[in-house]
Amino acid sequence: MGTLIDIQSLNLYYGTFHALKDVSMDIPEKAITAFIGPSGCGKSTLLRTLNRMNDMIPGTRIEGQIAVGGTDIYSREVDVETLRKKVGMVFQQPNPFPKSIYDNVAYGPRLHGIRSKGKLDEIVETSLRSAALWGEVKDHLKRSALSLSGGQQQRLCIARALAVNPDILLMDEATSALDPISTLKIEELAQDLKDRYTIVMVTHNMHQAARVSNQTVFFLNGEVVEYSDTEKLFSNPRDQRTEDYISGRFG
Amino acid sequence: MLEAPSSSVINNGVELGSSLKSGSGKAFDRKKRLSLYNKTFKVICIASAVFVCLILFTILFFMGRTGILTFDTVSPLTFFFSSEWAPENDQYGAFIFIFGTFALTFLTMLISVPLSVIIAVFLAEITPSWLKTMLRPVMDLLVGIPSVVYGFLGMTILIPMLRDLTGTSMGDGLLAAAIVLTIMVLPTISRITDDAIVAVPKKYRDASYALGATRFQTIVKVVLPAAKSGIMYAVILGMGRAIGETMAVVMVIGNTPQIADELFKPTSVLTSNIVMQISNVPFDSSWNYALYMMGFLLLVISLLMIVLVRLVQRKGVKS
Ligand SMILES: Nc1ncnc2c1ncn2[C@@H]1O[C@H](COP(=O)(O)OP(=O)(O)OP(=O)(O)O)[C@@H](O)[C@H]1O
Ligand SMILES: [Mg+2]
Repeated sequence: MGTLIDIQSLNLYYGTFHALKDVSMDIPEKAITAFIGPSGCGKSTLLRTLNRMNDMIPGTRIEGQIAVGGTDIYSREVDVETLRKKVGMVFQQPNPFPKSIYDNVAYGPRLHGIRSKGKLDEIVETSLRSAALWGEVKDHLKRSALSLSGGQQQRLCIARALAVNPDILLMDEATSALDPISTLKIEELAQDLKDRYTIVMVTHNMHQAARVSNQTVFFLNGEVVEYSDTEKLFSNPRDQRTEDYISGRFG
Repeated sequence: MLEAPSSSVINNGVELGSSLKSGSGKAFDRKKRLSLYNKTFKVICIASAVFVCLILFTILFFMGRTGILTFDTVSPLTFFFSSEWAPENDQYGAFIFIFGTFALTFLTMLISVPLSVIIAVFLAEITPSWLKTMLRPVMDLLVGIPSVVYGFLGMTILIPMLRDLTGTSMGDGLLAAAIVLTIMVLPTISRITDDAIVAVPKKYRDASYALGATRFQTIVKVVLPAAKSGIMYAVILGMGRAIGETMAVVMVIGNTPQIADELFKPTSVLTSNIVMQISNVPFDSSWNYALYMMGFLLLVISLLMIVLVRLVQRKGVKS
């Protein structure tokens, strides 16, 4: 497994608030990396630096370097839109557009200039298949996406993200608003997808991290406390604070 | 001395019990009270709904009852499709005014809707917040300006400008009226659209940006469609105002019964014609009835337009 994302001494400030403190890590490609840690420790913040969604929060300042595939994504030559096309994101709350199922998935490809009906049909089908939703919606693609259940909506959002053919998929607590069965489906989906995509997921559910991820990063107050193979981190944590956290003694 | 505390305990117990009882009594009262409130509220709601419908039908009825007398002496065909309006010679063709009203409303909407949406997008999405807090109240103020004032502005500023522009003595007409109406409805439409845009949840924008959309793409493809019903509402309000507006139109349209086949040509619309003539017609003349009929027509047109827009809106929501 090679490194796809290389983060080096990253510091992030919201105004005067120091949200990420000297974060460095290598995220391997075609694997699932999980971020865990108590609420407010900066997991979402770090995730958003990877597709530069933090750019839109006024007063945010970033120091340090993030390289994706060897390119510094904060350098001038990098086009944010192209970066976001390559680094997809799934949010905590399912957020399909108030459009049809088809138009939701076709939204991204259309943005990036695909007009042909045949091509779009094909992308919509493969994306929905990849997101394990095709069977449930193939007969009513014209129906409003808002008529789907929460779990289906979240898989639709995954399909929508996959439709622009990203290399990396960021998932910010993508299952926290879902019931256990939908959660399981999305976990299985993540397992399937990791052969083709690099997945970085934030989760509050340690069992989830233990079940699905290859690497786990434990954060505390904006710092990386421990970063290692998931199995090792859960069975044999190096740091006392990690042990306290995973055994439920705080957080 | 020994008994005192225990008796006080008993007393307390009794008090507690009785206070509970009175509490339960209160709860009962409360229940009754609540159901009374609910019932009263319901009755008031239904009563006001009935009242509003009643008013609407009464207006329709009285306008229509007098208006319909027109057709004792004038054939409906002549009234609706003839452009000969010469009441002195018993000619009551209202086509010019009907056409004028439609043309004026259409032209006004054609200019004002795109302009308002652009203004609203700038206001909601692009303007820095200190400017927003200044602009919004100013625009709300503009909504409340009496239409006569807009008429004056049109007469004293716009028409001379149009004369210079065309190089002729012509200025009054459809275009002048449409511009004045546009200025009048612009604050209304753009402020409501602005509110509709602001109400679009951030999560839609986030989803769009995260897929690599630019700000422009996000606004055009996600924000505006999501704000569609609010924008429709704004358009209905603006349109209602444009159809029914009288004073500002009278002052700039020229008030001549000739068909508005050019932008700079004095003409007349339903409202302006009614208000110019109603004060000096004999009470029970065909002329008077015809003016009532035109008022009735105005009413029906505005009702129809509202229904039409609602239908379009519903269709839009389904897709
Ligand atoms: N837009 C913002 N402006 C200012 N401070 C922010 C902003 N977003 C987050 N923060 C702060 O940065 C810190 C990290 O927030 P972040 O959302 O990354 O936490 P998190 O680990 O994702 O928490 P959770 O598990 O609750 O989602 C928090 O203390 C938070 O208050
Ligand atoms: Mg978070």
